[in-house]
Parts: sequence; C-alpha cells; structure tokens
Amino acid sequence: MNAWPMIGILLVTAGFVLRVNPMLVVTGAALVTGLLAGMDLVSVIATFGKAFNANRIFGVLWIVLPVIGSLERFGLQQRAASLIGAMKGATLARLLIAYLAYRQVISAVGLQSTAGHVLTIRPLVAPMALAAATREHGPLSDDAADQVKAMAAATDNIGLFFGEDIFVAIGSIVLIQQTLNAYGYDLTPFQLTVWAIPTAIAAFVVHTLVIRRFSARLGRMAR
Amino acid sequence: MITLDWIYALCGAMFAGFAMLALGDRSNPQRLGTAAFSGLLAISLLVGDRIGDFGNGVLVLCLVAIGGFKLLGRSHPVTTSDREREALSVTHGNRLFLPALIVPLCALIGTLAYAYTPLGHAGWIEPKRETYVFLAAGVVLALAVVFVWLRPPALAPLNEGRRLFDAIGWAAVLPQMLAALGVVFATAGVGRIIGSFAGSMIADNIWAGVIVYAVGMALFTMIMGNAFAAFPVMAAAIGVPVLIQHDHGNPAVIGAVGMLAGFCGTLITPMAANFNLIPAALLELKDHHGVIRAQAATALLVLFINILIIRLEAFQ
Repeated sequence: MNAWPMIGILLVTAGFVLRVNPMLVVTGAALVTGLLAGMDLVSVIATFGKAFNANRIFGVLWIVLPVIGSLERFGLQQRAASLIGAMKGATLARLLIAYLAYRQVISAVGLQSTAGHVLTIRPLVAPMALAAATREHGPLSDDAADQVKAMAAATDNIGLFFGEDIFVAIGSIVLIQQTLNAYGYDLTPFQLTVWAIPTAIAAFVVHTLVIRRFSARLGRMAR
Repeated sequence: MITLDWIYALCGAMFAGFAMLALGDRSNPQRLGTAAFSGLLAISLLVGDRIGDFGNGVLVLCLVAIGGFKLLGRSHPVTTSDREREALSVTHGNRLFLPALIVPLCALIGTLAYAYTPLGHAGWIEPKRETYVFLAAGVVLALAVVFVWLRPPALAPLNEGRRLFDAIGWAAVLPQMLAALGVVFATAGVGRIIGSFAGSMIADNIWAGVIVYAVGMALFTMIMGNAFAAFPVMAAAIGVPVLIQHDHGNPAVIGAVGMLAGFCGTLITPMAANFNLIPAALLELKDHHGVIRAQAATALLVLFINILIIRLEAFQ
C-alpha cells in the first residue's frame, strides 16, 4: 500500500507548529497529499475545489452576523455587561460559578460573541472577582490576585468551549458533520449537538468544584 | 421544495452586499482585497455548482492568496458610538436579547416540528438540511423584528455584518478549508492506510481505541493549537477506520465528543494563544501560563469524562 499520503498529516502538524498562516498550511497539505496519492496537479486542485464547494454549508453560518451586528448597534454588548454587573456582591465562588453558567448558556444559544476576555473578563469579571476575594479574605498578595484573575479568564474559556457546541450553527459541529459525511455518514446537526450536552454538564460540575477548592485555598493562604 | 441552494443564494447575496460595501469603503486601506474576499465567497455560494471543480479549486487558491498574504483589511462602517450604545442599552433593556434568541429558537422549534409533525412528510424542505433552512428563516424573522422595532438604516444589517466579518478575517474560511482537507485525506486513502496498521494493534480492545482517539485529539490539538485542525486528521486516523468502521461505534458520539476531547487540549496549550496567552497579557499576569494553570485540572478531568462518554455511549 502507498503510505506516502501520510506526509500530509505531518505537513499540517508542522505548519501549525511553525505558525505558518493556517490557510497556506491547509492548502499545501491538501495539494501534497493528493500529489503523493498519485493525482496530477490539475486533478488535485479540482478535488480540493470540489470538496470546498461541497462544504459551502460553512458559509451559511455567517448569516447570523447581520442580526448580532444590528443588535450591537443598539447596545447588545452594553446590556450583556450590565447583566454581569448585576452579579456584584456575590462571594468569589458564587460569582465565578454564576458567570460559568451564564457563559455556557449564552454560548449554547449562539450569543458567544457577546462575552469574552476583552468584552467581559478584563473590564468586568476580573475586577469583580478581585473585589469579592478581598472582601472575603482581606488584602491579597500579588500572586493571589494574579491567580484570581487567571481563574476568571479560565472560567470564560471553559464556559465558551463546553457551551458553544450545543448551538447548531457553530463551526465545530458543521466540521464534524461534513468530515464524517466524506466517509459516508450523513448526520444532522442536532444528532451531534445533543452529544455536547453530557460534556457541558460534566464541565460545569467539574469546574464548579475547581472554583470552590480554589476559593477555599485562597482563604487558607490569606490566613 | 426549499433546498440548501436557496439558503446558499441568500447567504451569497449577503456576501455580495459585503463586497460592494467594502469596495466603496475608503476607511479600509486594503479595501480591494477585502472586497475580493467577500466577492469570491459570494461567487462560491451563488454559482459554485456551475463553475466546475477546477474553477472552484482556482477560487479557493485566490481566497488563500488573499488571506495568506495579508491582503485583508478591516472596514470601519459608520455605526453608533460607545456612549450612544450605553444610552440605547438602558432604553431598550434586556429585550435586546430577544431578537437574537429568535434565531436558535426558530432552528430548534422548526427542527422538532419537522421531526414530530406532518411537516416532515410534506416534502417542502430538503431532508437532513431542515435545521439550516429554519436557521436562515430565524435570521430573516429576527431582522424583520429589528427593522420594525428599532428602525435602523436600511443598510445597517449589511454594514454591521461586514464589520463583524472583517474582525474575523481569513479565520472565517478556515473550518471550510479543513473540512475540504478532510475530503482530500479520505480520497487519498489516509484513513485506510492508518486503519490497516493502527487497527490491527488496538482494534481488539475498544477501551484502547477510545483512549488513543480521545487523548490523540487532545494531544494533536495541543501541538497545533487548534481542535479544528486536529479533527480531520484524527477522524481519518482512528475515529473512522477503527472506532466507527471496525468497532461499529456510533458516529455521532465519536464525532461530537471527540471534538470536545480536543477542546480539553486547547485549554492546556500555549499554542492556543488567543485563549490562553492573550488573556494572560490582557490581565497583566506575571505568569504567562497562569490561565493554563487555572484550567489544567478541569481540562484533564473533563477529558477523562469524555473518554468514559465515548466508551459507554458509542458502544452499546
């Protein structure tokens, strides 16, 4: 058997590791894989073009942008910020757990772009978490303060990653659908999104425990 | 019958609108490249079936040239200022979320209605693609509500949409290109090649196959910094040939939870700079890996749980 097409996998890995522009990496890997499988250049380009055309469903995901953008024009992000601001006064653990739930839910309904490190963590959640921690445990050391901010950022990532796959029109779900389709398995988006739910619940439970342990450790450190 | 082609046409018209507005936008120093990028996507969506496979291939190479060689810029369409938005958000309150919620609700309710009412047998909508049709319907409905309620200028949705699309840049086409790469891998027989020797080593033990697949997704993601890039590779290597074809696992579980195993890898790698390093810089942490440290315990435990979910739910 001709094992040369395997080089394509190595090329993808090497390209991403070396920080080459991902579009160039993917195209290079596709062309090389096809050539090594014995195709000529024209038919490799045609195969890649045909596959790109068969995957136009990804383009459809951007159809939600005009809705989100129009609502931003009327203050959607500012509204999201004041929702989070309303959590002020909670303990550190409660604040971060509430934000985790909020982040998972808004991501699951396709509003993941209304929160994030720039939009909500730096201006809102991190300062609120620091205030809560200081209220509970007294003045924090620089290290402890850094750990509180890091936990706020971590909570945003975890909420996003384990919430967004419940939304049907997200790139990762369509990528799974289309990749498996290439091998003859035709699945609907909902068949895939329901399987994001058990992990979403597990991630919420696990990270809740991690936050509680972190908050308790912070209390011991301060004493 | 409403087919996916209708939705492609709608979306293609949107990108054509982005392209024309970008072309006239002198605030963007790269307006030609930006307009060409959206314009090519519009051509792909509108007439992709009529320009032939090689024509599509050339179209992709042009997109890659624009995106890969930094010919994309950001437009600055006229919009409301932060201060105006602050005031508007107070005026409109939490109702601002409602039009955005129409989209997922329409997709969910429509899909459920399609599955459990006579609507599914009426033959109005292309089977298996009904979710996307209802998604697009939700977008149209939400925009109608926005126009009736908030009365934005007629071109505002297109201008606000291209403002967001420009912020995403070439990354917007990356998932589609990775899926196309997956097709090339499948055509070249990459899955068959790995399946033929990896399969013989681990196929007799489903636990081993699942662990290699899930941990492999996480490791590949850590190396590449991107679960999207890892997925077509691991699907071709283990997911499809070993777990689905040889061991007869459920493709939906293997695909969906495999991707989430990859996300666990994203949480613990400095290669995923935008999630892990940039926030550390943004929050002025002394420890550049502080965010990764805060995520590690959760990531590893959730990876472990994902392995259990795949093993127990995909193989019954």
